[in-house]
Amino acid sequence: MAEPKTFDWLNPFASVDLNFSEKADGIKGWAIAHRDAIQPIKRSLEGFIVSVEKGLQAVPPMVMLALIVLIAWQAAGRRVAILVGVCLLVLGFLSPAAWGLAMTTLAIVVASVIACAIIGLPLGVLAGKSDRFESVIRPVLDTMQTIPAFVYLVPVVMLVGIGNVSGVLVTIIFALPPLVRLTSLGIRGVNAGVVEAARAFGATPRQILFKVELPLATPTILAGLNQTIMLSLSMVVIASMIAVKGLGNEVLRAMGRLDAGKAIIGGLGIVMLAIVLDRITQGLGRSGRDRGHLPWWQTGPVGVVAKLFRRPD
Amino acid sequence: MTDREAVIRCEGIWKIFGDKSRQAMEAVRRDGLSKKDIREKFDCVVGVQDATFSVGRGEIFCIMGLSGSGKSTLIRHINRLIEPTSGAVYIEGQNVNAMNARDLRALRAERIGMVFQSMALMPHRTVRDNVVFSLEVRGVPDEVRRKVADHAIEAVDLTGWDRKYPDELSGGMQQRVGLARAIAADPTILLMDEPFSALDPLIRKQLQTTFMKLSAELHKTTVFITHDLDEAIRIGDRIAIMKDGVLVQIGTPEQIVTEPADDYVADFVAGISKLDLVTAARIMQPVAQYRKEHPSEPMADWPVAAPTDKLNRLVDLAVGTEHPILIKADGAEVGVVTKRALLRGIQGRDEASTSATEAA
Repeated sequence: MAEPKTFDWLNPFASVDLNFSEKADGIKGWAIAHRDAIQPIKRSLEGFIVSVEKGLQAVPPMVMLALIVLIAWQAAGRRVAILVGVCLLVLGFLSPAAWGLAMTTLAIVVASVIACAIIGLPLGVLAGKSDRFESVIRPVLDTMQTIPAFVYLVPVVMLVGIGNVSGVLVTIIFALPPLVRLTSLGIRGVNAGVVEAARAFGATPRQILFKVELPLATPTILAGLNQTIMLSLSMVVIASMIAVKGLGNEVLRAMGRLDAGKAIIGGLGIVMLAIVLDRITQGLGRSGRDRGHLPWWQTGPVGVVAKLFRRPD
Repeated sequence: MTDREAVIRCEGIWKIFGDKSRQAMEAVRRDGLSKKDIREKFDCVVGVQDATFSVGRGEIFCIMGLSGSGKSTLIRHINRLIEPTSGAVYIEGQNVNAMNARDLRALRAERIGMVFQSMALMPHRTVRDNVVFSLEVRGVPDEVRRKVADHAIEAVDLTGWDRKYPDELSGGMQQRVGLARAIAADPTILLMDEPFSALDPLIRKQLQTTFMKLSAELHKTTVFITHDLDEAIRIGDRIAIMKDGVLVQIGTPEQIVTEPADDYVADFVAGISKLDLVTAARIMQPVAQYRKEHPSEPMADWPVAAPTDKLNRLVDLAVGTEHPILIKADGAEVGVVTKRALLRGIQGRDEASTSATEAA
């Protein structure tokens, strides 16, 4: 390759080569060099994911279906419960293997979302409290959301290897930002007058956070959690490229074989799972007022059972 | 009022808003800059300018001013929601600005109750949990809280609503909850930041009555902010008029209405009815003087009033008789109010003879 010898002021970019890509490729070497250090963390994560999956797979499908419908009823009401039941039935009848694959995918999503919540909530609270932290973390979140997944797929695999743990890691990178953003937004959106009143009545900063700000920000935070769950689901196909099993893997294999039927089954399965998770988490975010200000133990299936056991008074 | 022990004492409070407030304050101390200079040189806004006052035990002290006059800023210095740029607040002799965070929280939770214009109730808590918030943050056990809540809720006539949420209540009821929350911990001091301004007139009057009834029972030292002079006069033992961050005049309602310190205050009080403000003592003439003019009039069937009775009361007495009104203090005859003096008094003009002494 002949390098352009003359420096052109109108087009300096072509004549200067800072060799970034080669330097950045060092990440790969660094990742490989540090593989051993990451192994204990990897094993405990792997263990966690496997136990979640085993738990989900161990429950007979019809029992699991009933359980999820009950959860939906409790969280979001009877109509949503019916919709969720229908979606799960559709999912089950897609193909004999569909239910098992869906549970594997659900395990990955659950593990990712739990990790996102553990990382994202504190970050979001910090960002909501401090303008400086918000301005620092914002470009990081922008990067995480917009950088193509394939870019960080390779370093993550080099560092951790293929499999579920890498799948969860790349899912976290992609699905974390909305939770942090919306937690921050929720904290910032709390009525300043109410916070002032809490201060005026002698609350500590900690009490203000837990008794006022977090409860009032909950609907917004749950909207963030809902987005995080949806984004985790949308990552399952990409994650299947690094040997994550489940519905995503079906889609990926079907694409390789140009098997449209199988792809549709995998795709529809993901959609059904998405509807189920979306409706349940949206139901959680309803404000107390929408639920008629009833405490949760007086609504849904728990409320029905509680009523049976309560003595008439 | 000076004989009463000062519960709240504000000394030379300055609040300057802006990034360079410290330098601005220095400059004010050194060269006595005007507000305009401060804005131009330091890009700072003066919120409160050298406010000094004290409030006696059990007194209701109204701060009256239009919006933007700095009254809400001033009241927030008393429980240190806002730090003064200069000056200090003393509560029962303790310097609030020297307190550490723990003592300050104890002060706020146990000795000061506050009511806000925006109510600022917590929408996710029931009426009861809102009312006892200050006890909850202090770790008071549940059964005590329950008792206190019932008591405070009863005091504002909301019994039976304790399990409702704020958004299930009307505006007036919400502010009753605000009031109950402020008195729940049985504080010494009540800070009322335009508590009734957001309510419609009828409800406002109702709540003023509730508040005055409570205040008479509980005898709290109160700082009451309002932009409504009628309200200030109705409620306040003393009134401070605030304009552009400065306390222009401090005095009893009668003093403010009859002896306004400047044109601004005079303009304000021009439309105020004197009927419930001006006392007999201000318009009566001494008995001796009346005797000189009317030597042999029998006073036996004259109506009798006290020097502290308001014009309204005198009018009631005057319509039932042709005679003047005799003013008696502790059984002794101190003055006479003629119909002419009464009518002039209602108009706000001084018809009583200039030699009328303030017998009371």
